[in-house]
Amino acid sequence: MSDPNKTVTLFIQCLVDGIYPEVGEAMVRIFRKLGINLICPTKQTCCGQPAFNAGYRREAGVAAKRFIDIFEAAEVIVCPSGSCVTMVRHHYPQLFEDDDSWLQRARQVAAKTYELTEYIVDVLGVEDLGAHYDGTITYHDSCHLLRNLRVKAQPRKLLSKISGAEFIEMNDADRCCGFGGSFSVKYADISAAMAADKVDNIIACGADTVVGCDMGCLMNIQGMLSRKGVDIKIMHIAQILAA
Amino acid sequence: MSEITTADYIAEAKRALNNPVLQSALTDLQNRFGRGTALAYRNLPEGPDLRLKAHDIRRKTIANLDIVLETLVANIRKNGGQVFFAHDADAALEYCLATARRHQVKLAVKGKSMVSEEIGLNTALIGAGIEVAETDLGEYIIQLAGERPSHIIAPAIHKSRKDIGSLFADKIKIPYTDDPPSLTRAARKALREKFLAADMGFSGCNIACAETGHIVTVSNEGNIRMSTTMPKVHVAIMGMERVAARLADHDILLRLLCRGAAAQNMGTYVSYIGGPRYLQQVDGPDEFHLVILDNGRSRILADEEFREMLYCIRCAACLNVCPVYGKIGGHSYGHPYSGPVGAVVMPLLAGINRFKDLCQGETLCGACQDACPVNIDIPRLLLALRAKLADGDAGWQVSRASIPEKGIYTLWSWIVQNRRLYDFFLRLAGLGQSFLPKNKGMIRRLPPPMSGWTRGRDIQPVAGKSFVDRWRSGDIN
Repeated sequence: MSDPNKTVTLFIQCLVDGIYPEVGEAMVRIFRKLGINLICPTKQTCCGQPAFNAGYRREAGVAAKRFIDIFEAAEVIVCPSGSCVTMVRHHYPQLFEDDDSWLQRARQVAAKTYELTEYIVDVLGVEDLGAHYDGTITYHDSCHLLRNLRVKAQPRKLLSKISGAEFIEMNDADRCCGFGGSFSVKYADISAAMAADKVDNIIACGADTVVGCDMGCLMNIQGMLSRKGVDIKIMHIAQILAA
Repeated sequence: MSEITTADYIAEAKRALNNPVLQSALTDLQNRFGRGTALAYRNLPEGPDLRLKAHDIRRKTIANLDIVLETLVANIRKNGGQVFFAHDADAALEYCLATARRHQVKLAVKGKSMVSEEIGLNTALIGAGIEVAETDLGEYIIQLAGERPSHIIAPAIHKSRKDIGSLFADKIKIPYTDDPPSLTRAARKALREKFLAADMGFSGCNIACAETGHIVTVSNEGNIRMSTTMPKVHVAIMGMERVAARLADHDILLRLLCRGAAAQNMGTYVSYIGGPRYLQQVDGPDEFHLVILDNGRSRILADEEFREMLYCIRCAACLNVCPVYGKIGGHSYGHPYSGPVGAVVMPLLAGINRFKDLCQGETLCGACQDACPVNIDIPRLLLALRAKLADGDAGWQVSRASIPEKGIYTLWSWIVQNRRLYDFFLRLAGLGQSFLPKNKGMIRRLPPPMSGWTRGRDIQPVAGKSFVDRWRSGDIN
């Protein structure tokens, strides 16, 4: 178990960095509120997951080695994406299984890398962040967070402590939204059909805000809500917890 | 694999997406079986972790497959059965046809068997002038319609009762009805005549038991038991991996198989078949043949990266939870092995390049592994297949799937190594997007190669200033 007084090094998912920087800012506000020191390596770019999932292991390995170089001095690494943490925790060791020295370094980095809600609830032992939100919220389980990191209860605990908000479970909350990285472009019709199902479940539950822990899924859901002209907000959990 | 029609995955998927009857059938199927299986695992006396134990059982069995198969074969021969090792589909078919010719078979009945679909048994029998009747209700419907199964366990899931009513009216000349019990009765009557007249019965094998020398079949209609006991000759065909070493292992796998396949504690009819009937026995065939099929499995066995796929017991639990299968149905996969299992098995058995869309057209959500009774890490296998496609692989005779894509990822790997270059491309995207059509701040249309995304969805534009930029310039500090 990690020491709560450790300095947190921010591992910013590329989607957050380039498209949703406000999610990173919300994460900063949460840690500031908790009195935690922060470091953000400004050389960071991408963990390599897009290449790895498409099969390009050599290219993913390049990104992974650079990530390890940049982050291995960190005390603890926290990321607002279960998918990126899965890459570091589970796939980095696979990438370097034939290279002992990199494997060792990969494992050391993997052991101190956490997803945001996992870190807040399991490591810091905090569930109530004193957040307030006026609205009805539902939660979408991201696949890698749920099935690779087995994080299911932590975000729900955090959401249940938000004052003013009502929480509703949607049907099939744990079913894939259809994002799947490059799948969403290569097999766009299948992906969109899955997103449409997800959005139907969100609408049916009656929430006005859908919260998630991964901007990949939320970007997909947001895109479908927008195309259908549905007035439901998407929020990363960091944003609602910082509210 | 002569029967494969290499349909275009994307085009077939689109057709499925536009078929409302299929969409509602797939939703019903997954709601019923997907959830039912998860519950059935939780209610196991040993708890859901029995799946992990089963994984270990399969790992050990497959690692010792040569010895386990030798034991199975010796025991079956001891019981008077005949065993044939078929290197490929053609060898298996040749053996089946030779056996049929020897007995002057005119009509064969068949219990549901995926491996017989794999080798194209029906086509071969019909080609040799032998009538073959599928006896599983779903398979019977599919055969009458001249179609292929769209689900491993529920082959006719894509047909509504109205479809079946019209089909029966047309093909077996009964007055039109869409009442399921009436349709079932009509099929039962037609099939009963086939059972009584058949000279030969074919079956698959769910899981054989080496220790006792049995093949074991599971059905809920009793049709496999009739197919294997009424005709004078029974030929069972099994993939060479479908065997348990000991009865104790077999018990665990059988219980998990029934839960995975149909959320049942046990299938309605489970038959342990160890050979032909004894002299004094009234029922049973005079001859029992077991065809053990390789057809590419040895190659999978020899590769440690993919060997895990041989743990599969073809229960189809993964189809019942897969969100991709749930939208596109079985026919899109171009082969009766569909869903997550098909996405791994078909490339391995019939060519990774040829079936590349199957292993690339998945989201890696992992629901399949959680549903698998033997906990196969299907996402890992999909990723390993994609790696073969990305760079090619001599051992598996894979050529690089896409040179432009390789180029894009090579460029990407240069960009991510240099934050300045990365920032430059972010800014470039920011500039480029100002020319794209928008609605309430959301981009309506992206240019190729991203254009697929915006066919069905909008997308949030790139931010004016990245998070790292904001941090660097002290906006957040």
